[in-house]
Amino acid sequence: MTMKAMTPGQVAKKVINNEKLFILDVRNQDAFEDWKVEGHQFDYLNIPYFELIDGVESILDKLPKDKDILVVCAKEGSSVMVAEMLSEAGLDVSYLEGGMKAWSEHLEPVRVGELNGGGELYQFVRIGKGCLSYMVVSGEEAAVIDPVRMTDVFVNFAKEKNVTIKHALDTHLHADHISGGRLIAQETGASYWLPPKDATEVTFSYNPLKDGQLIQVGASTIDINALYTPGHTIGSTSFIIDDSYLLTGDILFIDSIGRPDLAGKAEDWVGDLRNSLYSKYKQLSDELVVLPAHFMIVDELNEDGTVGKKLGDLFKENHGLNVDDETTFRQMVTENLPPQPNAYQEIRETNMGKIEPDSEKQREMEIGPNRCAVR
Amino acid sequence: MEATKVLDAKGLACPMPIVRTKKAIAELQTGDILEIHTTDQGSKSDLTAWAKSGGHEILKDVEEDGVIKFWVKKGE
Repeated sequence: MTMKAMTPGQVAKKVINNEKLFILDVRNQDAFEDWKVEGHQFDYLNIPYFELIDGVESILDKLPKDKDILVVCAKEGSSVMVAEMLSEAGLDVSYLEGGMKAWSEHLEPVRVGELNGGGELYQFVRIGKGCLSYMVVSGEEAAVIDPVRMTDVFVNFAKEKNVTIKHALDTHLHADHISGGRLIAQETGASYWLPPKDATEVTFSYNPLKDGQLIQVGASTIDINALYTPGHTIGSTSFIIDDSYLLTGDILFIDSIGRPDLAGKAEDWVGDLRNSLYSKYKQLSDELVVLPAHFMIVDELNEDGTVGKKLGDLFKENHGLNVDDETTFRQMVTENLPPQPNAYQEIRETNMGKIEPDSEKQREMEIGPNRCAVR
Repeated sequence: MEATKVLDAKGLACPMPIVRTKKAIAELQTGDILEIHTTDQGSKSDLTAWAKSGGHEILKDVEEDGVIKFWVKKGE
């Protein structure tokens, strides 16, 4: 029967549209348990490819007849081998084009909503890794916030919209993925903004993002209003866009809160984290829509594929905002933390400009889930 | 370390290093040592998992100038 390639974009649509899919993941058990293609309605079978080299007969009765089957591996090669054997055995199957590496890099732009004067806000969902970037489009200008390494996607999107990227901003110095902010600024002539407290060791020049800084985008009255909210890092800064949206970076997520330990200062920063969440955010309007820099589980996606929820709802539903006792809170965010993101020290050094790994090395460094939250 | 056989899998992408390794080890006797050279970074975790599931033992691995070398002792 037939074997087809399925692109990361096609798989992303299946996630967002809540479609069914059966995933035969032929990577090692460790890799599969650590990180996989997640969907609300996806079923899984994990058999390493090296157990299938002599034949696939042993797994034929474990594969469904009534669902699409997608074979997944790290880079594509092994999934093609297994998919070929399955198709020779009479099945219709697909393999994931480019494997988990390509899945990790796929960005899906989704419109979040309208801003003043006909402006628009877009969220770029990096569905395989759980990173969220943003673009504010207003008049003939645009600003990108927390852009990831795949800078072409943002630059091309701006071209399609006939706007010029004027500003690239990072809410903090990222530890789980390589920022595209500096590169976008170089390519487009945009200003690159970074919180100065996260930038003490950087090797390049930047515009300091300070508390109360206002950045205007376009001719209309869209302001990006910086709010200093330390805790995940010492410089972590949130943005209030157009008095409607609160971009929380890695401080507050939909179903969890930021972890304070990725720069090695958990004990020092836990007080800042609590103050940012329980005091600074508490003073803001409940109607603000929280837009974080990450999601961790696919359940955090809304029906339209966006990730976002009203601040008032999060104060009711997010466990991390409802720990009354300070000691319990301190324990929660400093003890029993999940493992750190892959290569997080090297990623931080790359984002500081201290090291310049080539693109293949950068892809390797970013393998795996983001792991910026504590639940 | 004295290898019974050396397998050059340099330049090959996944899954070929493991496919060749599996074939090469099938031709050896229990206790024999297969030395494998590969340039595929993913081989490290894959060979480790494969050896474990097949009852073989990785005696040593080194990386020199982008080439990863493994010494695998064939199991029962």
